[in-house]
Amino acid sequence: MNRAVEIGWDPKVEGRDVIVTRLDAAIDWVRRNSCWPMPMGLACCGIELMAVGASRFDIARFGAEVMRFSPRQADLMIVAGTCVYKMAGVVKRVWDQMPNPKWCMAMGACASTGGMYRSYAVVQGVDRFLPVDVYVSGCPPRPEAVLEGLMAIQRKIERERALAGMKTGDAKAPLYELPRGPIIVRGEYAPKFRDS
Amino acid sequence: MKPVKAVEKLRAQFGEAIGPMTEFRGETTVRVAREQILEVCRYLRDECGFNMLTDVAGVDNYGEDPRYEVVYHLYSMADKQMLRLKVGVPEDDLVVDSVVSVWRTADWHEREAYDMFGIRFRGHPNLKRILMWEGYPYHPLRKDFPLAGLPAELPETAVEAGRVEAAPMLGGPFVPAIGTRSSVLREPRQVDTVVENIERVKNPTKKELV
Ligand code: SF4
Repeated sequence: MNRAVEIGWDPKVEGRDVIVTRLDAAIDWVRRNSCWPMPMGLACCGIELMAVGASRFDIARFGAEVMRFSPRQADLMIVAGTCVYKMAGVVKRVWDQMPNPKWCMAMGACASTGGMYRSYAVVQGVDRFLPVDVYVSGCPPRPEAVLEGLMAIQRKIERERALAGMKTGDAKAPLYELPRGPIIVRGEYAPKFRDS
Repeated sequence: MKPVKAVEKLRAQFGEAIGPMTEFRGETTVRVAREQILEVCRYLRDECGFNMLTDVAGVDNYGEDPRYEVVYHLYSMADKQMLRLKVGVPEDDLVVDSVVSVWRTADWHEREAYDMFGIRFRGHPNLKRILMWEGYPYHPLRKDFPLAGLPAELPETAVEAGRVEAAPMLGGPFVPAIGTRSSVLREPRQVDTVVENIERVKNPTKKELV
């Protein structure tokens, strides 16, 4: 079992240019801080997603400002809006075109459960055909909630066995079972665990 | 031309084919025989100035005869007048002449009426579904079609292994079990689709209530 790893960087001990860490942790750190989202804006939630990207809420603070409209350059699909059955095939195809590793956020009530659209046309939750990592509640969710969802995905990425995932080639890498310690800690103070 | 005047002209021209006229809040509606609708429309455009078709809609008067209806909203740009035409369509012969040859804009409106009600428009250049996907077996705006939908095949997606599932509708659209402590019961889809949970919502234990 992989417990939290002490990854400290103490310039007094290790010199100025050395960071001791695990490869998994380093890869996870890189990945989690540059999630390139695929903005799958299908309905009104897409407008709120634009607010998340704009200056007031500024998703760039979390390294995810590079919205890519080509699925081949994206690794986080944000399904923002009502997905009807006719669109489901398109969404699925876009998802399939995204290279591994990739993550998926269901933004809003519609993407999570079909929302108020209990009808013949609407897929009752995109998790019927996508492996959703994080559901963000709200109709539409506040931009802060989307950022919280993004942080939840980052915490999930933080726990991934990135190397094992590379070997299997699956979309989802296996997770470390316990929440891991902080990846980069500056100075002497290193909390043992981070809530996740 | 005032709509009432136009109806008079229609009566003179088409006689029996023009049914009763009603006026309600300044809106004029006239019934037209199904066989004559194409000629009536062409006459209204050419002789009465109704040069714009704003809408073609299907209606399902379930339980009445004729069950279906096609409604045309005409507008005269020059005179700023509106006129509404209604055509009854019986269930066993769901065909109306297409008016695409009179107003090109009827194209997509008629496709929608076909998609939602299954009314076929004779002479339409491209009569296929416009909202639902090709191959969908039902016409969902019919009154005997359940709001939740019916299971169907999806041609190309991996949704539920290529199937449409009826939306969970217990007790009407979107009924979450508000006020229960259990998050399972508060999630509407769980309540709707898992049969045991339906009973749990109706008779929650003390612990599950807040
Ligand atoms: S959750 Fe609400 S805001 Fe978002 S797409 Fe659905 S209806 Fe629109």
